[in-house]
Amino acid sequence: MDNKNAYRILIAKPGLDGHDRGAKVIVRALRDAGFEVIYTGIRQTAEMIARTALQEDVDAVGLSLLSGAHMTLFPRVVNLLKENGLGDVLVFGGGIIPEEDMIELKKQGVAEVFGPGTSTTDIASYLTTALDGASKQA
Amino acid sequence: MAGRRSLISAEELVSRVCQGDQGAVSRALTRVTDESDGYEEIARSFFPFHGNSPTIGLCGSPGSGKSSLVNTLVSLLRKRGESVAILAVDPTSAYTGGAFLGDRIRVQQHALDEGVFFRSLATRGMVGGLNETIFSAIHVLEAYETEKKKKGFDWILIETVGTGQDEVDIADVVDTVVCVTAPYQGDEFQAMKAGTMEIADVFAVNKADLEEVDKAVASIKDALSLGLSHDEEAWSIPVHAVSARTGQGIDVLLESIEAHGKYLLDSGEIAVRRKRQLRKELSSLVSRLIRRNALERVTDCHIKALVEKKSDPLTLSRKILKGVS
Repeated sequence: MDNKNAYRILIAKPGLDGHDRGAKVIVRALRDAGFEVIYTGIRQTAEMIARTALQEDVDAVGLSLLSGAHMTLFPRVVNLLKENGLGDVLVFGGGIIPEEDMIELKKQGVAEVFGPGTSTTDIASYLTTALDGASKQA
Repeated sequence: MAGRRSLISAEELVSRVCQGDQGAVSRALTRVTDESDGYEEIARSFFPFHGNSPTIGLCGSPGSGKSSLVNTLVSLLRKRGESVAILAVDPTSAYTGGAFLGDRIRVQQHALDEGVFFRSLATRGMVGGLNETIFSAIHVLEAYETEKKKKGFDWILIETVGTGQDEVDIADVVDTVVCVTAPYQGDEFQAMKAGTMEIADVFAVNKADLEEVDKAVASIKDALSLGLSHDEEAWSIPVHAVSARTGQGIDVLLESIEAHGKYLLDSGEIAVRRKRQLRKELSSLVSRLIRRNALERVTDCHIKALVEKKSDPLTLSRKILKGVS
């Protein structure tokens, strides 16, 4: 039947920083780009994010973090997803993240990191391309 | 899309759900709600579990506090050690096909609790406050083996979109309908209207921490009293002032929900409702299959005939429907 259902994306705020305007902008942009978007709200542990991803069976998890704890929390989410059998879920991130950290995060399984000033259209088209590619492979 | 999800066979998926694997529950829900390749076999396998769990629907206008109420109800049920699954529906954009599924934010405190399973669904074009595949989704949850080695969650809560006056489909989907309202949502004339007000088995006037809650409760009671049944055995619809914020009245609300469940069993009404659910499940599937089949037959030739006034929409639609298999 109709196989063109929307991709499901979880936007999550790990850690203690409560600044989620960025996350909300992404939620809104992805909604308008035709995605089904779920938002966790602020102050989530990596464990909560992984379990939410499991229950919602999302195609991708977007992590937003401004506090500087990304080197600890992003890889932890990646690993917990793997432990839950969700190793194929695309993980991307955004926030105030230095260039050298971006390189290291990508090595640790974060597919893409978006810094300040990224256009929301770019993020939406990145996701569509990456997820279309992933579902063709499977 | 989402080819990766098709990797597990239907048989394995069903057996894993029946062994209490929440990852499998989640995948099964995706398969039946996406109606992706092979979903029919999965939906068929889960159907026999229909009726295993009591189903409670929460309806009411946007912002009346349905999700927050779900959150407090879940807390109370978890204190008693009972497992809960929640399906929460939010609207799909008619313009972009996208959706923001925001109900989950209110219940995220239960995210790590193994006895709670929460799934957000988008309406994907269905009117009436629900998603068309909701029945198949419920059957998956009814097959899940809980910690107590019982089939089906102890409770299944369905939260509708909150479209307002006309979302009555829920009454044909669940055993018990809780209508959620709040102060400042209208007087007794509002409460006298047809629509959601007439499908409630229990009323919850939320935000009881606000002023005017008594007035809201009284308006609903007034409206209900106009249609009181002479049958003493009949269910009398309770109206409770509750506050999802403070927890006030939630225990009484739950008592009423349970009393309604008991009433359904004692009166035999449960059989009537379950039949109604099956009828709705079948008819909604029939109408979807016909619609899809018929719409595939609409061609440019038909439109051309209309442009040239060689036919008219009524004649053509009859003709198209004749060929539907």
